Amino acid sequence: MEMDTIAAIATAPGMAGISIIRVSGQKAIEIVDTIFKTKDGNSILSTMKSHTIRYGYIYDKDTIIDEVLVLYMAAPHSYTKEDVVEIDCHGGTLVTRKILETVIRHGASLAQPGEFTKRAFLNGRIDLSQAEAVMDLIYAKNEAARKNSLQQLRGSLLEKVRFLREMILRDTAYIEAALDDPEHMSFEGFSDCFLQHVKTELSQINELISTADDGRKIKEGLRTVILGKPNVGKSSLLNLLAGEERAIVTEIAGTTRDTIEEEIRLNGMTLLLMDTAGIRDTIDKVEQIGVERAKRAAKEADLILFMIDGSVEFDENDIQILTMLNQKEGSIPPVIILLNKTDLTQIVKEEAILGWIGMESSIPIISFSVRRQIGIKELETAIETLYLQGGVKEKEEIYLTNLRQKEAFEQARDSLYRVLKSIEIGMSEDFYSIDLMDAYEALGKITGESMDEDLINTIFREFCMGK
Amino acid sequence: MAYNYEAFDVAVVGAGHAGCEAALACARLGLKTIMFTVSMDSVALMPCNPNIGGSSKGHLVREIDALGGEMGKVIDQTYIQSKMLNRSKGPAVHSLRAQADKQEYSHRMRRIVENTDNLTLKQAEVTEILTKDLENGRKEVIGVKIFTGGIYPCKAVILCTGVYLKARCICGEVSTYTGPNGLPAANHLTECLKNLGIELFRFKTGTPARIDGRTIDFSKLQEQKGDEQVIPFSFTNTSKEIEKEQVSCWLTYTNETTHEIIRNNISRSPLFSGDIKGTGPRYCPSIEDKVMRFADKERHQVFIEPEGNYTNEMYISGMSSSLPEDVQIRMYRSVPGLEHSHIVRNAYAIEYDCINPLQLKPTLEMKHIDGMFCSGQFNGSSGYEEAAAQGIMAGINAAMKLLDKKPLILDRSQAYIGVLIDDLVTKGTTEPYRMMTSRAEYRLLLRQDNADLRLSKLGYEVGLISKERYNKVLEKQTEIEKELERLKRTVLGSTKKVQEFLTSHESSELKTGTSLAELIRRPELDYESIAPLDEERMPLDERIIEQVTINLKYEGYIERQNRQVEQFKKMEGKRIPEQIDYQEIESLRLEAKQKLTKIRPISIGQASRISGVSPADISVLLVYLEQWKRRS
Repeated sequence: MEMDTIAAIATAPGMAGISIIRVSGQKAIEIVDTIFKTKDGNSILSTMKSHTIRYGYIYDKDTIIDEVLVLYMAAPHSYTKEDVVEIDCHGGTLVTRKILETVIRHGASLAQPGEFTKRAFLNGRIDLSQAEAVMDLIYAKNEAARKNSLQQLRGSLLEKVRFLREMILRDTAYIEAALDDPEHMSFEGFSDCFLQHVKTELSQINELISTADDGRKIKEGLRTVILGKPNVGKSSLLNLLAGEERAIVTEIAGTTRDTIEEEIRLNGMTLLLMDTAGIRDTIDKVEQIGVERAKRAAKEADLILFMIDGSVEFDENDIQILTMLNQKEGSIPPVIILLNKTDLTQIVKEEAILGWIGMESSIPIISFSVRRQIGIKELETAIETLYLQGGVKEKEEIYLTNLRQKEAFEQARDSLYRVLKSIEIGMSEDFYSIDLMDAYEALGKITGESMDEDLINTIFREFCMGK
Repeated sequence: MAYNYEAFDVAVVGAGHAGCEAALACARLGLKTIMFTVSMDSVALMPCNPNIGGSSKGHLVREIDALGGEMGKVIDQTYIQSKMLNRSKGPAVHSLRAQADKQEYSHRMRRIVENTDNLTLKQAEVTEILTKDLENGRKEVIGVKIFTGGIYPCKAVILCTGVYLKARCICGEVSTYTGPNGLPAANHLTECLKNLGIELFRFKTGTPARIDGRTIDFSKLQEQKGDEQVIPFSFTNTSKEIEKEQVSCWLTYTNETTHEIIRNNISRSPLFSGDIKGTGPRYCPSIEDKVMRFADKERHQVFIEPEGNYTNEMYISGMSSSLPEDVQIRMYRSVPGLEHSHIVRNAYAIEYDCINPLQLKPTLEMKHIDGMFCSGQFNGSSGYEEAAAQGIMAGINAAMKLLDKKPLILDRSQAYIGVLIDDLVTKGTTEPYRMMTSRAEYRLLLRQDNADLRLSKLGYEVGLISKERYNKVLEKQTEIEKELERLKRTVLGSTKKVQEFLTSHESSELKTGTSLAELIRRPELDYESIAPLDEERMPLDERIIEQVTINLKYEGYIERQNRQVEQFKKMEGKRIPEQIDYQEIESLRLEAKQKLTKIRPISIGQASRISGVSPADISVLLVYLEQWKRRS
């Protein structure tokens, strides 16, 4: 734990000339040495002197990822007072990430939020007076990461992981119950089922690992919410976006709430339209609108499309939402305002909107007509701009959450492979449990659930135990 | 009238399995000890099942023995049937279990405690623990008071009240305010404990009926015999020394009629009517619980176990109940073989007061009362073995405190006892806690076969294991290592003899030189079978061969656990100062602050096991501790 070698991207996310990947811990040199070669193809880091620089390439197997400089700072003369290796690579998200992942694949673990600073303090690098600040930083960073990963853990992924965990837990509980009470329970017929289960679990995890590479951005899209009062045209916008060639890709019944989500491809980007049940199902229900829904969207969405009916006066809802958008804090995701029904006589002017959200507001306002299909191009461009500028929440945090998830999936996979190995060499059932519970714990890191008394509880719930 | 009786170093309250081990430990370590019991006839009583050991409990008995306790020795003398469970599984889950002659067990333990120097027994109900106030709300034990008013000044008290505190036995609509078997309950101490600011729980457990063996038709039952070669619990005994004629247990099943009788009368069960409020153990459900919760099970196993050599009473394992007597009679008689059975003692449930163990330090001392140690069912556990294990630890730690020596805290990588106590004092429990092998994350290392190698050193250092006995363990250790070394060093070439031997054992031929150790690792071979290839082999004790074999066969797994233990030890080694004020650490989440304040873990490792304390909280705590260290 403490002595693990950790790695992370040390430079700020986004486009820049160079980026730095920092590796800290006993194995820093050893790990980087396995993926770094000089121009002549030699591994040379094991003999590298402290506080020197080497020029060469980072390899992923036989392919060069990037041309880099490697800096080495031997313990204790480094930020963490551990052996630190920094890899200076060409800026650009993709290359940087690829290098980080390669480092991790070779034995480093992804640094926990605030971990470099924590180590620096624990190892005496940071002054005592900074202790409070260090603790605050650890707290804040972890809270942010936790929230972020919870937010991302929605729908199908959460369901899949929970299903896998449940399956693993049940089998482990069976094994443990039978071991605990051998006179009441036998393993007869268990092993065939069990082997099948482990294989299923493995294939599902492998699939999750391969899709994790795509990142949520591609897999799930930007979580988008359409806000606006009844009859403003949300439903028509949804149909417009979802219809024609931009076909609905999937229709998923949400699991966390009773919602419908629709996935839409828009000019190469994927939008995941959230909470569309409230929009579609407007006939005999009072539609969910207003601030409450907006607030929830602000918490969960990557992007808000706020529709205003240009042909009627603002109502209370419009005003409340506009007021909320006026907040300067960063708690609200990017918003695009669609001033709809421009084909009718306009009562609401752009200036009126600016009056509410503030004259200097950078929120794009697009004149729109769902009926005439005016403004779609502009909407696409606006989303694209936000996306590329990094205004959309995606990016680093989501990427890191993905990476953490992948790390956890890989741990679970390795544990399950060990179970297969144990079966293969004829070990008895009690040997499986250790690795099964490791896999269970690893998957729990993804859902944020710990083990606690899960196993014992399942044993007693599922099996009739005892004297 | 209150009057001062003689002063003692330690007063042990209760003479059950916890009390006996606690009192013996203290007395043997030279402390003047008195043990109170509500009845001299209930010393080391086995009021429920007639066996010692079983899955993970057998481990506890072995560990108690390795530390210098008595339980293993007594059961070795008084068993009437013995079995090693899970023999076909890995060595970590082999579990020794013996049927005891209950009377004999109790008598033998009583003879031992009665004849131990420094140990006095007294039949009396302790009604009060006397304390004096220290600064900042803390207290210190100064004596105990008994029902007659007698005061026994003492420096430490060990509470082992079992199921006797405000005990109530329930059988259908009838209940009596007694302990098990009609023994007197202890009705006064609870009030005193409450006044001392101790948080109490009310737990429940139960026991099945005892049936007259003469009225059972054994021809309808399946016989269950003991092992042919008996393995002793105590490391001081050999199989030969304890061999004897064994008795059989018997197996039968409940059926649809049984279940129907139960279902039809379920409203009369105090468990379902709400009369019983205490929390029962999930692992030991009553038959009515099993029938209602697992409705699709057509039958449940029932083991009929003799209670001893000189009684006809048979224990009906699997059918504990609190149904009314008339229902019990019909219910038991519906089981094949028991059609004409006569119930000697009714099944009943028992409710009792116990403490929330989160109030204890890992030494089993009450956090806010110096000198008050607690063990056994009083701490919310269940089972004779769990009780005895805590008893010896509470005894040792009370003694260490009075002798001004370092406490003995076993961690989760050292012993099942460590797991048991850590679970109780760190996670707490909401039902009578039972040991299980699945609770031990390092169980591959914590085997019953190596308890002596793990713990004898500690038993010796504490003073409960003699120099002579400890030296024998050291010799054993050396012989194991020498033999392992020899087997790894001795390399066989691919000679004709070797290849032929391997072929005849369906093992693949050698391609290069291979050590004997490598051959033993092969699933189809073992230490015994390769004897013809091992020319230098000297005869060795079976227990040494066992260790050598396990070490080789499971080397990869054992190494992996050893690495995990290394990590674990690092966290356990980071001690948290007692004075720390968690409210002061602003970056801890609220829940973590509350839990840490309540449990006051002694190490970062312990803190990380508290539910509701996240890895981020642990990081913050580490930084805070570092700050603390640098400041002072």
